[in-house]
Amino acid sequence: MRIGNVWMSFWVTLTRILEHAINFIKRSTLKILSMGPIPNHVAFILDGNRRFAKKQKLVKGFGYKFGYIALMFMLKYCYELGVTYVTIYVFSIDNFKRSPQEVDAVMDLILEKVELWIKGEGFVYEYGIRLHFLGDLNLLSEPVREAVDRAMAATKNNNGAVLAICVAYTSTDEIVHAVERACEEKWDEIMNSKRVAVDEHGELKLITLGDVEKHMYAAVTPDPELLIRTSGEARLSNFLLWQTSCCYLYSTSVLWPEVNVCNFMWAILNFQRNHFYLVRKRKELKVVRE
Amino acid sequence: MTIKVELQKIGILGLQLIWIFLHFIVSSFYFLVSIATTLESYLISCGFLRKYNHLDIDRVQYLAIVVESDEAYNTLKIIELLQWLESMGIRSVCLYDAEGVLKQSKEIILKKVKNASLFQETDEPLQLNCKGFTLEFISASDGKEAVARAASFLLKDKWRKTNMSGDSNQCFSESQMTEALKAVGCGGPDPDLILVYGPSRCHLGFPAWRIRYTEIIHMGPLKSKKYGSLVKAIYKFTMVRQNYGK
Repeated sequence: MRIGNVWMSFWVTLTRILEHAINFIKRSTLKILSMGPIPNHVAFILDGNRRFAKKQKLVKGFGYKFGYIALMFMLKYCYELGVTYVTIYVFSIDNFKRSPQEVDAVMDLILEKVELWIKGEGFVYEYGIRLHFLGDLNLLSEPVREAVDRAMAATKNNNGAVLAICVAYTSTDEIVHAVERACEEKWDEIMNSKRVAVDEHGELKLITLGDVEKHMYAAVTPDPELLIRTSGEARLSNFLLWQTSCCYLYSTSVLWPEVNVCNFMWAILNFQRNHFYLVRKRKELKVVRE
Repeated sequence: MTIKVELQKIGILGLQLIWIFLHFIVSSFYFLVSIATTLESYLISCGFLRKYNHLDIDRVQYLAIVVESDEAYNTLKIIELLQWLESMGIRSVCLYDAEGVLKQSKEIILKKVKNASLFQETDEPLQLNCKGFTLEFISASDGKEAVARAASFLLKDKWRKTNMSGDSNQCFSESQMTEALKAVGCGGPDPDLILVYGPSRCHLGFPAWRIRYTEIIHMGPLKSKKYGSLVKAIYKFTMVRQNYGK
């Protein structure tokens, strides 16, 4: 019995030492990475929750719970590295085509976690995070919509980092919505002024690119500089198509619930290798537009 | 205090040196990967890797090539790439570069590439068995600015309908947006696959409306393009299964 207790104490102590050592290595590596350029805005496509549940022989809904834990770790690494804006693709409009049980499981998880954040639990107040929910929120059920509105109101004065959560979102819906709002605004302008401006070619001066862009859901954040997609897929799946013109697209084969700090650091290293080229491209694209 | 500041400066310098060393290791790793990729590409080209010998090319109905604008001036490389794609059985290709350099070289490319003709937007679905090789040339002005022009088109249409029926309320749908983009001359089909030839994996402003579910594969710089890498990229695409959100 005494030998058993000694062994137990030895293992516990060793585990604690290893944990501290691993945390020290993680913090040191993040500190080293911060010596180079750090993306101001990182976007994540959280792909692979269902495949993870299947792989681990879990009920489908449990994959999302593990995915939430992975998300908390990724957000922690981002904010500790100095990333100001993070956008995550949580639920697409296309995902409503899934089985009602699966949609309900995701919505229940969103509702549960948003209520926790409103109460001040979790990372939101630790990092002074302002929350934005981007998408056609009218498609959400009443309790979720109401919770999401309360979360945005509760954090609107936070001036730390920003977390934009894309729910009931697709890029094409975002573009149509922005065009609709731009048309409404211009229509009201025409009705009020009773005349329409004409450009130097004598053409009706209607809607400009700026008129459309200011009505995008994602206009609350700058364009992302790094987009990380898990599960090895090489497409954007209707996420931030407009905003990723000069964004480094990084794909890793791990499933989202399995993503770890090493995957994140490798993504940052690759971003840093491509950063100066993409800065130049952003400037060139801006000149081409003008 | 001064000693503390000096120590901090030395500490930061030390971290910066470690950062440079870390990137040196990463660059060395990628150098080794490029050697392995070149070898693999050679083996694929010679037919030694059998799984790449039979491509389900019908899965690639519409292929897009994104080229870094500086490299797009190399028309000979572009023509060679298109000839490879034509010989593989690809029937429709969209060529994109942000500054429109490829648009300027359109005539030469159409003349030099066998069976090539300019892509015409029609309401017909893409023809799988057509014998020709159609090429579409687009640039950044066919992307975001086209959406602004389409928005103006929709507004003018709304003005016209309001004057006719008196009803000014109108919500737009995605299909109306697609029609508006066609009306302003930017309504090409969605590519199944984009191959990016440039230093970085980035679509460089390819029209957002057309890349909802498009696979994007980075091929490296155009000057070091390889036939074997092209075959491997297309093979990988043919193995992909999409759920489209379901």
